[in-house]
Amino acid sequence: MNSGAKRWLLLAIVVAFVTSCFSASFNRYYLGVAIDVGISTIMAVSLNLINGHTGQFSLGHAGFMAVGGFTAARLTLTLSSSAPPDSAQGIALFVVAMLFGGLTAAITGLAVGLPSLRLRGDYLAIVTLGFGEIIRVVFQTSETFGAATGLTGIPKQTTLFWAMSVAAVTVYVVACLVNSTYGRGFIAVHDDEVAASAMGISPTRYKVTAFVIGAFFAGVAGALYAHHKQVLKPDGFDFMKSIDYVVMVILGGMGRTAGVIIAAVLLTVLPEFLRGFAEYRMIIYSLLIIALMLLRPQGLFAFQKKSQTRS
Amino acid sequence: MTEFFQQLINGLALGAIYALIALGYTMVYGVLRFINFAHSDVLMLGAFAAYFLAPVVQSAGTGASVFSAIFIVVIAAAICAVIGMLIEFLAYRPLRQRPKLTVLITAIGVSLFIEFTGQHKAVFGANTKPFPKLLPESTINFGAVSMQSNDVVILLFTALLLAGLWLVIQHTRTGMAMRAVSFNEKAAVLMGVNINRIISFTFGLGSALAAVAGIFYAMRSPGIDPLMGMKPGLYAFVAAVIGGIGNLPGAALGGLLLGLLETFAGGIPGVSNYRDGIAFAILIVILLFKPAGLLGRIQPEKV
Repeated sequence: MNSGAKRWLLLAIVVAFVTSCFSASFNRYYLGVAIDVGISTIMAVSLNLINGHTGQFSLGHAGFMAVGGFTAARLTLTLSSSAPPDSAQGIALFVVAMLFGGLTAAITGLAVGLPSLRLRGDYLAIVTLGFGEIIRVVFQTSETFGAATGLTGIPKQTTLFWAMSVAAVTVYVVACLVNSTYGRGFIAVHDDEVAASAMGISPTRYKVTAFVIGAFFAGVAGALYAHHKQVLKPDGFDFMKSIDYVVMVILGGMGRTAGVIIAAVLLTVLPEFLRGFAEYRMIIYSLLIIALMLLRPQGLFAFQKKSQTRS
Repeated sequence: MTEFFQQLINGLALGAIYALIALGYTMVYGVLRFINFAHSDVLMLGAFAAYFLAPVVQSAGTGASVFSAIFIVVIAAAICAVIGMLIEFLAYRPLRQRPKLTVLITAIGVSLFIEFTGQHKAVFGANTKPFPKLLPESTINFGAVSMQSNDVVILLFTALLLAGLWLVIQHTRTGMAMRAVSFNEKAAVLMGVNINRIISFTFGLGSALAAVAGIFYAMRSPGIDPLMGMKPGLYAFVAAVIGGIGNLPGAALGGLLLGLLETFAGGIPGVSNYRDGIAFAILIVILLFKPAGLLGRIQPEKV
C-alpha cells in the first residue's frame, strides 16, 4: 500500500508539473477552475480527516482557511518589494508563505481544539461554528489585515502546479496517516470513544491531532487561495463556505478519501457550468444533504463497504 | 446611572427573546438529545408570518391595536407550531434510531433549505423588508429613564409565557409525559406514554415560542430577511448551553444573561466590535469549567 501510494503521489506531481508547463496555452478561465478544484480537494480531504476518519463534526473549516490565507498574504505583501513575484526569491517567499499560513492555522487549530474537543457531537459543531465566526470578526476589525475591505493586490503566485501538487501531498499524507498504526487510533476514536480509551488510546489527543493536521492543510489551502484570487475579504470565509466543504465530505462519504475527492471535483466544477442556476445551488445542496442522510448516509460515492458496519 | 437603567431594560428585553428561543432548543434536546438547527429558521418564519398577516388583520380591524397584535401573534405561533411538527415528522422521525450525527447533519440541511428557499425571489426574496408596526409605539418616561413601550410589552408577555410554560410542564399530563420522556425514554414507553405524540407536541410548543420570539425580535430590529434567524438562533443556542442544555430554568437564565451581556458590551467603545465574539468566548470558558452548564447536572457516561 505504502510504496503504491508513493508512486501515485509522484505520478500526480509529475502530471501536475507537465500540465503546468503547458498551462500558458490553456484557457485562463478553465485554468482558474482547475486551480479551484485543487484547493477544494485540499480543503475537503483535510476536513475529511476531522469529520470523516475521526468522526468529529467541525463547522469552522473555512475559519482555518481564512487564518492561513490572511497571514500568508500579509507576509508576501510585506516582503514582496524585496522579492519580485517572478524571481526565485519570489517563489521561495511563496513557499515560505504557504508554510507560514499552514503553521498559523495549525496553531489556531490547537488553540481551538484543546478546549472544544473535550465536547462531542453537536456541542463541538456549534463551538467550531462559533470559532469560525470569531476568527472572521477578528479579521474584520483588525487594521493589519485590512479590516472589512480585506487584503488586495496579493501577487499571483498560485499555479496549477502548486495547487495540484499540494493537493496530491495532502491526499498522500492523510491516506498514509490513517492507514498507519498510529492512525488506526483516529478510526478507533470514530468507532467507539469509550472502547478506544479502554484500549489506551486517548480520544482527546487523537481528536486534537486530527484537528491540528486538518487546520494546517486548510491554512495552506487558504494561502493558495489568497495567491490565486489576489483579493481576500473576511466576508468570503463565513459559515456558508464551511458548509460547502462539509457537503463535499458528506456527499463523498465520511471517511472515504476517494469519494471525497470525487465530490470535491464535482462540486467545484458543476456550479461553474450551472451559473444560470446559481440561485438554486444552495437549495439543491440542502435537499441533497437531507436526502443523503435519509437514504444513503454512507455517502454517494462510497462503493466499497467498510469492514465494520455500525447501525 | 440613567443610562445604566436604560441599557438594563434593553438588555432584559433582548434577553427575554433569547430565553424564548433557548427554551425551544432545550426542550427538543430534552426529549430527542440533539440540537435542532432549524429552530432559528422557524423563528424567521414566525416573523414573516406576522409580516404577511399584519396588513390583512389590521385592515379588517382597527389598525395597530392590542387585540390585532395578539391575534397576529397567536396565528403566527400556530402556523409555526404546525411547521415545527412537520419538520420533525418528515426529516427527523425517520432517523430516530440512527446515530446522532446523522440527525444533526439533517437538521443543518433543513435549516439551509428553509433559509435558501426563503431567499429565492419567488418566496420572500433576499432583501430586507420593513416590519409593520403591530402595536402603537410610545416612549414611557419613568423619572429620567425612558423606555420603549415595545420593550415593556416584550418583557411582560415573555414573563406570562414562561409562567404558562411552567404550568404546562409541571401541572399537566402532557407535561408530565414530556418530563418522563426526557428522563428515560424507554421507561416512559413502558409506562404507556405515546412517544411520537409527545415529541410532536414538544416540537410544536418550541416552534410556537420561537414564532413569538421571532415577532418580538422583528419588532426591535429595522427589518426582516430570510437570514434574520441565524444570529438570535446562535445566541439562544449559546444561552441554552450556558444554562445547561435540557434544563428549562437554565435556558431562561442563560438567555437573560446573554441579552444583558450583548447590550452592555455593545455600549463599551472598543469592545463593541468584538461583541459577537464575546458570547462564544464566554460559552467556551463555561464549558471548560462547568461542562454541563450553569444549572445542568453532569450525566456519567455509561457503556
